[in-house]
Amino acid sequence: MAGGAPGGVEVRATTYAGVRNRLLAPSWIVLGTVVLAPVAMMLVYSFLTKEFRGGVIWQFSLEAYDQFFFDRGLFGDDPPRIEWTYIGIFWRSIWQAALATLLSLAIGFPTAYFIATRPANTRAIWLFLVTIPYWVNLLIRTVSMKFLLRDEGPLNNFLVGIGLLDTPLGIVNTNLAVQIGLFYSYLPFMVLPIYAAVERYNFALSEAAADLYASKWVTLRRVVIPAVRPGIIAGCILVFVPSLGAFLAPDLLGGAKNFMIGSLIEEQFKGSAGNWPFGAAASMVLLTMVLVILIFLARPNARAGQGRA
Amino acid sequence: MEADTIAIDVRDAVKRYGTFTALERLSLAIQDNEFFTLLGPSGCGKTTLLRMIAGFEEVTEGEIYLFGREIDQLPPHARPVNTVFQNYALFPHMTVLENVMFGLEMKGRDRQEAQARAGQMLELVQLSGFAGRKPAQLSGGQQQRVALARALAPEPRVLLLDEPLSALDLKLRQAMRSELKSIQRETGITFIFVTHDQEEALTMSDRIAVMSAGRLQQLGDARDIYERPHNTFVADFIGETNLFEAEVLAADPNGGVSCRLKNGLTVEARSERPCAMGDRVHLSLRPERLALVAADAGNGEWPGTVRETIFIGTDTQTVVALSGGLELTVRTQNARRDQAAPQVGDAVAVAGDPGAARVLED
Repeated sequence: MAGGAPGGVEVRATTYAGVRNRLLAPSWIVLGTVVLAPVAMMLVYSFLTKEFRGGVIWQFSLEAYDQFFFDRGLFGDDPPRIEWTYIGIFWRSIWQAALATLLSLAIGFPTAYFIATRPANTRAIWLFLVTIPYWVNLLIRTVSMKFLLRDEGPLNNFLVGIGLLDTPLGIVNTNLAVQIGLFYSYLPFMVLPIYAAVERYNFALSEAAADLYASKWVTLRRVVIPAVRPGIIAGCILVFVPSLGAFLAPDLLGGAKNFMIGSLIEEQFKGSAGNWPFGAAASMVLLTMVLVILIFLARPNARAGQGRA
Repeated sequence: MEADTIAIDVRDAVKRYGTFTALERLSLAIQDNEFFTLLGPSGCGKTTLLRMIAGFEEVTEGEIYLFGREIDQLPPHARPVNTVFQNYALFPHMTVLENVMFGLEMKGRDRQEAQARAGQMLELVQLSGFAGRKPAQLSGGQQQRVALARALAPEPRVLLLDEPLSALDLKLRQAMRSELKSIQRETGITFIFVTHDQEEALTMSDRIAVMSAGRLQQLGDARDIYERPHNTFVADFIGETNLFEAEVLAADPNGGVSCRLKNGLTVEARSERPCAMGDRVHLSLRPERLALVAADAGNGEWPGTVRETIFIGTDTQTVVALSGGLELTVRTQNARRDQAAPQVGDAVAVAGDPGAARVLED
């Protein structure tokens, strides 16, 4: 310190840093043991050799990644071609997750806006209603959804009963069923952050826009949405990421044909038929993809934040 | 005046929220080109009236006309009026220039034209160098100017200003007063200005509507409402005054009224309305029209004792206790140093110039 501050000030500063580190320690320990260590383990496993009964042999190998990206024929000695099977599964997963995100946004934004514009004393009730499904385990909810959607289920019985359909829709075991399952599972994750953003929104801005000749739609597009954008991005991330790795909805509602990444990875670690390095490699590819998407999504958000500072 | 020079015509407007009446049957005609102020304490209905003109509040009853055209059923974006909001309500994600251009774009001006016009507006409010900034990077006073430029840019027929200066500090507020006034003169746009600050109202307005409890109390220019307040509310709210209840002893046809206060003192007052002997009336005496004189002058002065003196820079306020528990505030300029300042406890007498006391009309 150029000003020649007495030593006491610096002592206090280091003490403060020490206190801060001690207070942060539990967070670092939790983060380290449940996030960083498992990811590091997966990274290591993905470069090891597979053991046939499940597990790994501690020998460096690129085989897991090779198997993921390249097809070398039945005996492994053909010239390598791109392996489309897994990339296809990834591609379908991204589409499903993106669609579920858009659908959640389309339904979640008006819902959140509606709740945030209710009188303050009734908002808690609406939020409570949104979170009620979370009192029941996701597995049970997904199975229930299958019962609702199956050919002899209430939905089809109703549609056939009122004469709208001659034969049941046959939704179960299609991409549509997976889509409905994902949308249903993660919708509240879209509603809550957008609600928080809309609740903080200064509605005088909407009045100002109307005063300056903007119609309601233009006001929504040019003023409301940009102002609550951080909430929208948070909601999209919270729906997209778990949808991408989901395995319950694809397994139970999509059947064998509509495999998603989550199911593919889950399979590799189940029983003795699995392939741990391959599962780990697929996880790493998924993780990389999610990170790239997050960085892409967070960037405009960060820029808006800087502008406001 | 021709009917077409009335900018805003409010006819029998009523606003109710459930059982609460925010605005009681109010009629008001605001001239084109006028700097018109709605003045009153918070909750008097002035902002409600402004928001009804802007279209943010529906009228419960009555009509509002803009240059002869009924607008009270139109949505805000269809009314050719613009508003400067109390906390500016600038769009935080847009630059200053984009904020000012917004209304022009919405009116369908092409981008180049809108940009040129927005540039002119920023020049008008002396913010030309700030076009690329975000509102959060500006001071309160600068944000206020952007809000003004944004509202003026689409060339509204009437500009509505909702306590636009209340968030600024005193110096800035005073500077903005004269600036607002000169912008109003330059642009020729009708300004409707809402404030609770009487000094703002008195210094800027062509006409002032004093409001209280959802009612119009008095309408007139600054001198009118200051010197000829209609009722106790206006007399008390505008400036400072001494209010007394009195009984009329005699009244002449020219408006001269002789009154007796509760403590028996007699006061010669002026009245705008006819009075009859025995009427109970309210009197208003402005402190600056009273003077302290030597206690023994003996010509209609009121004897009393100095209770308190307050030095307020240019003036000194002296509170004088009269007989019968009445008190009177006298304001004297400190420039007049011809007599020693009275001390607390001194015996003094108070004299008023002719017409200092006014009979209020309510």
